[in-house]
Amino acid sequence: MADEKRLMKGNEAIAEAAIRAGCKAYFGYPITPQNELTAYMAKNMLDKKRIFIQAESEVAAINMVYGAAATGARTMTSSSSPGMSLKQEGISYACGADLPCVLVNVARSGPGLGGISPGQGDYFQSTRGGGHGDYYHIVLAPKSVQEAADLTYEAFDLADKWRMPAMILADGLIGQMMEGVVLPSARDPASLPKKAWAAGHRAGTSREANHITSCWLVPEELEQNNIKRYRRYDEVKRAEVRFEEVNTEKAELIFVAYGTSSRVCLGAVEMAKKLGIELGLFRPISLWPFPDKRLAELAAKGKKFLTVEMSMGQMVEDVRLAVNGKAEVLFYGRCGGVIPSEEEVLAEARRILGK
Amino acid sequence: MELIYGHPKSLKPIQTKYCPGCGHGVIHRLICEVIDELGVQDRSVIMNPVGCSIWADLYFDFDSVQVPHGRTPAGATAVKRMLPDHMVICYQGDGDLAAIGTAEIIHAANRGEKFTGIFVNNAIYGMTGGQMAPTTLVGQKATTAPYGRDPIEAGMGYPIRVCELLATLGGTKYLARGSVDSPANIRKTRQYIKKAFEAQLRGEGFGMVEILSPCPTNWQMKPGEAVDWVKSDMIPFYPLGEIKNSLEEAAK
Amino acid sequence: MTEKTFMAGFGGQGVISLGMLWVYCAMKEGLEVTFFPFYGAEKRGGIARASVIVSDREIASPLVTSPDSCIVMNMDSLPICEEVAKQGGVMIINSSLVKNGTMRADVKAIEVACNDIAEKIGDPKIANMVMMGALSKVTGAVTLGKLEAVLKTFFPESKHKFIPLNMAAIEAGRAAV
Repeated sequence: MADEKRLMKGNEAIAEAAIRAGCKAYFGYPITPQNELTAYMAKNMLDKKRIFIQAESEVAAINMVYGAAATGARTMTSSSSPGMSLKQEGISYACGADLPCVLVNVARSGPGLGGISPGQGDYFQSTRGGGHGDYYHIVLAPKSVQEAADLTYEAFDLADKWRMPAMILADGLIGQMMEGVVLPSARDPASLPKKAWAAGHRAGTSREANHITSCWLVPEELEQNNIKRYRRYDEVKRAEVRFEEVNTEKAELIFVAYGTSSRVCLGAVEMAKKLGIELGLFRPISLWPFPDKRLAELAAKGKKFLTVEMSMGQMVEDVRLAVNGKAEVLFYGRCGGVIPSEEEVLAEARRILGK
Repeated sequence: MELIYGHPKSLKPIQTKYCPGCGHGVIHRLICEVIDELGVQDRSVIMNPVGCSIWADLYFDFDSVQVPHGRTPAGATAVKRMLPDHMVICYQGDGDLAAIGTAEIIHAANRGEKFTGIFVNNAIYGMTGGQMAPTTLVGQKATTAPYGRDPIEAGMGYPIRVCELLATLGGTKYLARGSVDSPANIRKTRQYIKKAFEAQLRGEGFGMVEILSPCPTNWQMKPGEAVDWVKSDMIPFYPLGEIKNSLEEAAK
Repeated sequence: MTEKTFMAGFGGQGVISLGMLWVYCAMKEGLEVTFFPFYGAEKRGGIARASVIVSDREIASPLVTSPDSCIVMNMDSLPICEEVAKQGGVMIINSSLVKNGTMRADVKAIEVACNDIAEKIGDPKIANMVMMGALSKVTGAVTLGKLEAVLKTFFPESKHKFIPLNMAAIEAGRAAV
């Protein structure tokens, strides 16, 4: 039976969804605006006799995640933008060693120490492989507390399925605001996937030793390993693209936005309708893999795009790559922790359309 | 007929890539002998370091997890927490443990994590080609200390005695320093390793054995000279013995 | 129906609790809700603000930039609310602390002496609940019919004895508008 609807902060809903998805080990380090997540995990993981460690740094936390993932456990860390920068080394290693884990970025505004207000300036870092070397990992962007919980829960399955980290890219608004949420039911630990590749529990098996490593010192071997991983990336691109569309068929101009800014755009779409103006919204839910095929289809139908971000313009580059010159792609952004209003986004759309 | 000497079961019977006179091979062997003696090969996990011993997974016949440079104690923390009945060995060199990974080793030790550190101190960076390490002796030459380590004029700092540093932390239970410069010291080092591993199996933590180890290639010495230098220069600065032992009385 | 409310007061006046209880009750009445608090960088004092939306359909932006209703709990909050208040919107002002009313002639200003009423009931700390009663009556967006049950989960057991006082404050707030 489904749970009753609860009023929760995004940070807490993410934490509870992770616990229900079977997260056995959480490692964190304090940073605003995600502290409620770490505190929730401290209380509830310890109550459930699972592993919680407040690490000495974000660097240590991600490497603890790496260690726990190497033993086959479902594991997670969370942080906010500056802390995610510190984790990039470990994320690169986890990708290189094909370790599944869940990473949560409750993003704030940057660069540098920046501010603690919500931002979307971590799109490049999240979707481009923010550390060194050739790699990607799954990135999911929730728009609400409900979706933050659902996507976190799902991220554990996706990470295991594809043997790679899966990131939840939220922002300070989604982390801090409260909304109603119906939480997914707790996974039966026995139902979680078995991982024959993991370190440990060799006793009683006749298997060879398992080595978890990203180190390949023979160039041809490393190349082959990377090529194999990129074939898997191709499969992920075919299987795991997620997006939402609102009024894209009728619209002349389609907003492209994710997370918090997509909700601002949805408001502008609704306000426009009252004025007799047809606007649409295309919301990527998976930022990697990016829903480029569907955007290309919409571009072929002669649509114009206005990408709206809480940054100086990052996802807009993926939109341009997707439409490949077949449609006009415009950009409207606010940054520094400023959340655009529905009114200003609508005004920008009207200015573009001359209506 | 009684077999009195043979190849340890958990050490693969292949030649290592280590230089002639390097201490890693002897240390690998000591670890494997003790693991065989304790009968824990199939529940051992070694945390591979970054450095010359990055190849450890070629030699040890048990599971391994390779972690970024310096982060090995953080990785080992999680592996041991997830596999509490396993033998988890955190193998690190001096650059790994005492420079880039200083925060990780201090906090893992302070939390009293129940894995065992094997700290190979050869006073130099090996794989990258002889740079100054945090344990490089004053006056010792390195590619990045061409006139010798100069703590004052050049501001290169002083060599760090890691066992003594960690001994002040509440979480540390057993800290010993051995050396592989002579058969007698090798035997003693083996005893320290055994004590530390047994303590881990009892669930006592944190334990670490530091091992002074020659690096003839980067010291630019012949193997014999390198062994002599461990005796003449390293041991006087890094005293051997049990630096801290607060294990349960019976086990002492 | 969508009711967007902007709430402001000084830290400690219970603006955050007010917003949370408002959306909690709304959720129990079957509405979609979103509540986004924001504070200054200070740990104590400063102005506490909240964007609060209740609706019978999916809520777009959680940020209230053009509020249907504003709640002004103290003097410092007045200019903040005057800046954002929607033309024709409602502004409920705690006249115990805000003496001169609003300069905005294009909003419907309603004055409720929250602190005085709360003190009369027996506890100045429940001025926020007086305000919530007024908000419910003025907007009709949330009936607060489930408030008593909500307070039982909101307060720890040891504080349940204060529930009747809170309910009385709600009624007094309703009666004041």
